[in-house]
Amino acid sequence: MAVEVKVIKKPGRTVAEQVYLPEIAKGLGFAMGRFFKNTFGPQAKKDIDTVKYPEEKVEYPERFRGIHRLTQRTDGSPRCVACLCCSTACPAQCIYIEPAEYEPDDPRYGYERYPSVFMIDELRCIFCGYCVEACPCDAIRMDTGMHMPPSTSREHFLYDKETLLSIPGRDGSYLTANPRHEPGDETHPGIDRERGH
Amino acid sequence: MTTTFLVVSSLVKVLAILLITVGGFAPVLIWAERRQSAMIQDRLGPSRAAIVLPASAVSFIDRARLPLWRLAALTGIVAIVALVTLTFVAVKGSNPLPISTSSLTASLIAFGVASVVLRAGYGVHTMIVRNGGKIMLIGLLHPVADALKFIFKEDFVPPKADKLLFSAGPIIALIPAIAAFAVIPFASSLHWDYLNQVLPRTGELAGPVVPLQVASINVGILFIFAIASTGIIGAAISGYASDNKYSLLGGIRAASQMVSYEVVLGLTLVPAFMVYASLRLEDMTMWQHDHVWGIFVPPLTLAAVTFFVAAVAETKRVPFDLPEGESELVGGYLTEYSGMKFGMFFMGEFVEVVSLAALASVIFLGGWDVPFLYRSGFEFSLPFVAASYSVPVVHWLVVVIQFVVFLLKIIVLIWFQLMIRWSLPRFRYDQLMSLCWKGLLPISLLNILVVGAFILSGWLDGWVAFFEKLF
Ligand code: SF4
Ligand code: SF4
Repeated sequence: MAVEVKVIKKPGRTVAEQVYLPEIAKGLGFAMGRFFKNTFGPQAKKDIDTVKYPEEKVEYPERFRGIHRLTQRTDGSPRCVACLCCSTACPAQCIYIEPAEYEPDDPRYGYERYPSVFMIDELRCIFCGYCVEACPCDAIRMDTGMHMPPSTSREHFLYDKETLLSIPGRDGSYLTANPRHEPGDETHPGIDRERGH
Repeated sequence: MTTTFLVVSSLVKVLAILLITVGGFAPVLIWAERRQSAMIQDRLGPSRAAIVLPASAVSFIDRARLPLWRLAALTGIVAIVALVTLTFVAVKGSNPLPISTSSLTASLIAFGVASVVLRAGYGVHTMIVRNGGKIMLIGLLHPVADALKFIFKEDFVPPKADKLLFSAGPIIALIPAIAAFAVIPFASSLHWDYLNQVLPRTGELAGPVVPLQVASINVGILFIFAIASTGIIGAAISGYASDNKYSLLGGIRAASQMVSYEVVLGLTLVPAFMVYASLRLEDMTMWQHDHVWGIFVPPLTLAAVTFFVAAVAETKRVPFDLPEGESELVGGYLTEYSGMKFGMFFMGEFVEVVSLAALASVIFLGGWDVPFLYRSGFEFSLPFVAASYSVPVVHWLVVVIQFVVFLLKIIVLIWFQLMIRWSLPRFRYDQLMSLCWKGLLPISLLNILVVGAFILSGWLDGWVAFFEKLF
């Protein structure tokens, strides 16, 4: 069987392209069209992509990982139980937590702890979001939609507990989406200190 | 005409030219070039340089807005009332009112102007407040910022450079570009004694005549060629004096490119001399004023195109910017220059763009000639019908209109050059040379023959007569 050879012609240039001038005229015409459209055209037809940054801002995408916030319970205390999952997961090791016990008369005493110090070095953070993934109780979130405000001092980038608690999410809420069923609540699953384990 | 009058008028003309080119066109061009490229590429371009006002001034401006608007409205109403009354008087034919007609007219003009100015002030104030106390002027402050930067930058001279030639380079490059304007007529001549009168369409007039051109010399266009070739020396010298191989190569490239295109530039204009039968730019404009714009005479159309290409190559700008090239020559002969010396090269380049536009419009687009505008005013005559219509215009206004139209022609040509600069791909050096020697040179030589035949066969006169019958 004879081998079939299919000759594919090299794409050449047309005469108009070879003469050069018509193509140049075409290019000039195109550029002029754009120029007139963007300079003198009606505002709606203009195609300008420039954002005048400090005056106009582009909304970040919905799942943008912005600076962290700590969510609150309904009484305003941090939802965080100081389990150290986030600081363990953090590849940049930029979360510093000092866990502390609640007072003995607090119903939460003996069940969970709270962070007496919660510090994130936002300069060292790589915004990977692992801390958010690791948190077992939706206490840390990156849904603020804000990038770090610039500053001239490194100290300003050490966000402490109060700062992190004071930043709202993009929807304006401070509360956690995973509320703790406090002992004594109607919704409490039933295991509490009075009834025994 | 006294000597003092001559000296003063010449000085005024020189100053005006410096103001227009170095003070006006060059800085605006720096902005326009960036802005235009941005518009082609869907960007905004330089628009952010701003003078930031202090907060107290901003709050004052904000508070002044409402009174300004009210005053504008008030003066506007008064002007409208005056206008209505005037119309009433005009319709009635007599003035029964206690106010005289002339004071009515005066108040109409005064209040109308005041209203417009106040309304504009309100607009400016609103804009400033909306921009947060920044005056931005659509980016026109960028050249100012550039100039400040140039002035305060370190003026570096390479240690082994030839100090004198290194400093002379930018001057030699800038001065000829400006000097070319000396022979360009900006408007028809000014009859000093008849400023407020309507002149007759033709005929000699007594009294001092001020030609609106710095130097009216016989060699005219040859002077421009001579001056333009001096620019080559600027580029070559600065390349040589920089003590840098890239600079030297860039300087040599610039020199050879400019020398080659100088030849073509001269030859493309020979047909123009033949048709206009003069080397003086004012005579060329006059011929076009009397007959028809050069670009509409068939063989000159070709001359205009070739001239334009050669002249763009002569300014060494994209697509012919071979003397520079980041990948091969760094900045070419500009490599070692910084600060205001670089600024002078930059300026020289832009002034060259302006002078090229001026030259092209004088030689091919009629210079200051405005269609249907004669020394006596506008005169329209319809073709093939004996009807005509004329609007007499006073002499000074005629000159001003011619001047403004000339500037407009320059602006359009500059715009076209910038368009070319941002659209066309760059040539290779051998392509540049073959375009010059194998393309433009034979074409322009042939064109000289064609124009010669055109004139000798009498077709030129026929063509001109045909055009004159048309208008
Ligand atoms: S986003 Fe990543 S780097 Fe930043 S704190 Fe969380 S885990 Fe650490
Ligand atoms: S933020 Fe979440 S993961 Fe981190 S310590 Fe608190 S509860 Fe644990």
